[in-house]
Amino acid sequence: MTDAFEPRILAYCCRYCAYAAADLAGSMRLAYPPNVRIVQVPCTGRIDALFLLRAIEAGADGVYVAGCLEGECHFLEGNLRARKRVDFVKGVLGEIGLEPERVEMFNLSSAMGPRFAEIARDMTERIRRLGPSPLRTDDASGETALGRCA
Amino acid sequence: MIVADRKPLAEILSFVASCRRILIVGCKGCVTVCNVGGQKEVEILAASLRMARRLAGDPLEIGEALLERQCDPEYVAELRERVSSCDTVVSMACGVGPQFLAEAFPEQRVVPALNTTFFGGAVRHGVWEERCAGCGHCVLERFDGLCPIARCSKNLLNGPCGGSANGVCEVHPDTVCIWDRIVRRKTARGRLADLKAIVPPKDWRPAGHGGPRRRVREDLTRTS
Repeated sequence: MTDAFEPRILAYCCRYCAYAAADLAGSMRLAYPPNVRIVQVPCTGRIDALFLLRAIEAGADGVYVAGCLEGECHFLEGNLRARKRVDFVKGVLGEIGLEPERVEMFNLSSAMGPRFAEIARDMTERIRRLGPSPLRTDDASGETALGRCA
Repeated sequence: MIVADRKPLAEILSFVASCRRILIVGCKGCVTVCNVGGQKEVEILAASLRMARRLAGDPLEIGEALLERQCDPEYVAELRERVSSCDTVVSMACGVGPQFLAEAFPEQRVVPALNTTFFGGAVRHGVWEERCAGCGHCVLERFDGLCPIARCSKNLLNGPCGGSANGVCEVHPDTVCIWDRIVRRKTARGRLADLKAIVPPKDWRPAGHGGPRRRVREDLTRTS
């Protein structure tokens, strides 16, 4: 079962950096795992702890937030706020008995297509090592629940 | 506002260990303003409890509600139907909320999700500080708007004490010596002489030392 495990990962990407970097990665024909589903956000400052918790509750094996480099946020400090919220959610996961590493914050610029692909690979590998989330449901309802988070 | 902290998840989980179905009730009053018991915090607690119980192989069904205030029977009464269908009600209000809920629904088990801490305000985003101790007889007119009852570790009315050093209280390095502030403010405003008058011992009966307090405004009470 674990051999066939394909992580389901949600990536909340800032439109000014990570989302554009994903676009660049595509233009550069860079391969990255198809396990990552991208959700565009206007700024990672829009990320609420509940977005991450709902994704985990819906059965995502991992969730990450990708924002601008620190000091480069289009809205000045949205990415710094996002990092704090990610840290908060890591704390909640620890409290409920899930690995905090299932949630992560990354920073990159729109010019960093290869870095975007690398993050997607790293996160997929990390989740593959951790194994499926115990909250994951593999039937259609799990897929629908996760789809609602995107 | 009344400021509170959320209890650790493990403690709340222990309160609902034997439950199958609970109702989490938030409050739109003080605890919403201090970001501990409003809509978002209700959703976060519900998601956390649901996930923790699923991981334990013992799923918990959770209803969520948010009242205008939990300290008014009229609003609490709105919950009657929802309360009857659950094992336990978890209140995310200050200590008043669980008591009003338990009073309105005496057959229902009500547990608190918060530890109520103090009367205070937000000094900046995400930081709240104590400003009032609810002592029942305000003395702020004497101290230029700085309360030694709430903000002096010893509640001194004739300070400062010998534990004040460089504007900091000996109790904790993060605690400002409010008497240092009072003296500096009085000095800056040319009113230092005010402090020559010894403040007589305070009557603590209105502070609750004379038993639980009650307020009645006759003109607002109903005649029937």
